[in-house]
Amino acid sequence: MLHQLKQAFTNPKFLVGFVLFMLMLLISLIYPLLSAFEPLDMVTTGFTAPGTYVSIADVANSDGIGMNVDASAGRLASVLKDEDREKMKDWMVRFGGVAEGDIDLSDTEALLEKWQATYDPAVPQKGLRNADKQAFVRLDKDIKAATNSDGLILAAKGEDGLEEVKTIAGNTYVRTGDVVSKIVMPLGADNFGADVMTKLTSSIAVSLRIGLLAGVIATLIGLTIGLLSGFLGGWVDNFLTFLTNIFTVIPSFVILILIANAISGTARSPMLVGLIIGLTAWPWTARSVRSQVLSLRNRDHVSLSKLSGHSLPRIILQDILPYVASYVVMALILQISSGILAEAQLSMLGLGPDTTTTVTLGIMMNWAQKFSAVLGGAWWAFVPVVISVAIITFSLNLMNTGLDQVFNPQLRD
Amino acid sequence: MARELGKSVLRGENITKVFGYGKTRTEAVKQVNFDFHEGEVISIVGESGSGKTTIARMILGLITITDGTLYFNGQPRDISSGHKRKEYWKNIQAVFQDPFSSFNMFNKIDDLLIDCINMTGGRHKSQEEKFEMMTEACSFVNLKYAELTNKYPFELSGGQMQRLMIARIFLLKPKILIADEPTSMVDACSRATILDMLLKLRDEIDMTIIFITHDIGLAYYVSDSVYIMEHGAFVEAGPAEDVIIHPKAAYTKRLISDVPKIYGEWDLSTVG
Repeated sequence: MLHQLKQAFTNPKFLVGFVLFMLMLLISLIYPLLSAFEPLDMVTTGFTAPGTYVSIADVANSDGIGMNVDASAGRLASVLKDEDREKMKDWMVRFGGVAEGDIDLSDTEALLEKWQATYDPAVPQKGLRNADKQAFVRLDKDIKAATNSDGLILAAKGEDGLEEVKTIAGNTYVRTGDVVSKIVMPLGADNFGADVMTKLTSSIAVSLRIGLLAGVIATLIGLTIGLLSGFLGGWVDNFLTFLTNIFTVIPSFVILILIANAISGTARSPMLVGLIIGLTAWPWTARSVRSQVLSLRNRDHVSLSKLSGHSLPRIILQDILPYVASYVVMALILQISSGILAEAQLSMLGLGPDTTTTVTLGIMMNWAQKFSAVLGGAWWAFVPVVISVAIITFSLNLMNTGLDQVFNPQLRD
Repeated sequence: MARELGKSVLRGENITKVFGYGKTRTEAVKQVNFDFHEGEVISIVGESGSGKTTIARMILGLITITDGTLYFNGQPRDISSGHKRKEYWKNIQAVFQDPFSSFNMFNKIDDLLIDCINMTGGRHKSQEEKFEMMTEACSFVNLKYAELTNKYPFELSGGQMQRLMIARIFLLKPKILIADEPTSMVDACSRATILDMLLKLRDEIDMTIIFITHDIGLAYYVSDSVYIMEHGAFVEAGPAEDVIIHPKAAYTKRLISDVPKIYGEWDLSTVG
């Protein structure tokens, strides 16, 4: 056993799979502890892009440091897009009487100078819709705000109108660390305004638990049925094989949907969903364990064990089980992986665990789909989830392939 | 080799074994009769597929007998309950053909031997007594227990494993031993050693040995009586000298002529 364990950890496929899996497990355990929010906390409203958010009021109230860098250039660059420059040129040529050849779009300073000299909203702009006229007014306002190096005046409501609190110079900066109120959302927020990173990591933990429970249950049932049916033979074998065949023939996902649907949404806890998945996933394990046991039961060491007067449970546990153990471990890993996928599928259909108390990978995808995250461009609401599911199942399958190579030396490349 | 025959320990009447049903129905053993005596060495000789091992497994109680009665010590054998089976197996044991598959690879050698001591009522013996018994059993088969303790079966050679199987029989001291081709998987040197050990053990505890073999030379070398088996039935039976020196059945003659001879040409004329 120890020898095989050593071999497993020197097998590159198993090792990569193991490291990937452990990484996901660690993230799922540690991040929710560090995060400032609960997975279901509504931090913002609706989809919010990933990033660090700082309080504007806090920034305005902090004592800034004057820097010898004019912030207006950067602001201007973010205001003046290429299409805005095209629009400005168009306006100046049509209504400002500037010759087209005089305008150089790449020279920002010259362009602005000409714009400020010629633009006047009062000029009759024939052929422009009202909406377009307003767009130019807004653009002009933005440009003025961006180029304003005099600073802003901060005012508060007083008894007789506004009272000036302070003036913020255009070149004042504040250290991000000094801003007290900050919200870090590395993966943004989903449709409920919940932090996706916190939600994702805690749903990985829940999904892993569901997969583990489903895998253990499926493997235990499959192992028991396979061992008994293979070892006892006779009518027990006939009955159990019949049962296994029935479950194999009926698509287990259909049974899964029917059972899940029969239980009310709020009663479905993650563990119940794991149980349901486990109860429908065992037939393949049972079949393959049975065929392995069939070839083992007539081996001489089993006959000798019988002749030594050992009881049936002891023969099964000591003389049969160790020989199929390696196979069962591999089956367990695959069952965990397919358990996680089955949960995701169920939750995608809205038949997963109760959505008001828990969150799983499948539920996150379900919400992202229901709130049109794909159409709305909120990639952060579903891409990280999909990648997580892929990495987890990939790592488990990789571990399985690695173990296969350890136990079946013929497969080694 | 002529020995006085003791009383009958195992007698089979019309023993039949049928596998499968319908189109796949195969009659592996067809109404065979036999009578084995105390302290006798019997060989059942036949080619592969003739039903030798099926008879052995039926006698051992590992598979059911389809039809016929097996008498053990004059009484019809009864292994209907777990307790009765256990009692029966105290009297009848086996050494199998392949030493490599006879051991559970996950258990240490000590476990195997201690099991035997426990089975014969030595459960309450002290550690020292058990240790002494195991040492004695191992030295009987020319093995040193001190070198084997805490080892796993796969660390031994095939010959050592098969000798350990005989040490197991030495501890169990059964009335009947079924040796299912015990020497076919070991080299010629080990083969003679193993046969000698089995015969020595027979002399020591007056055990009946049933050799299952395809090697008629070996049968002649070790046995008192020989049963020749073809297609699930005995074609000839009797004292070893009679059957092998003066064979009557055509099949026996063929078997004897098939034995490779170091000097002289092979007689292939009888090969059917």
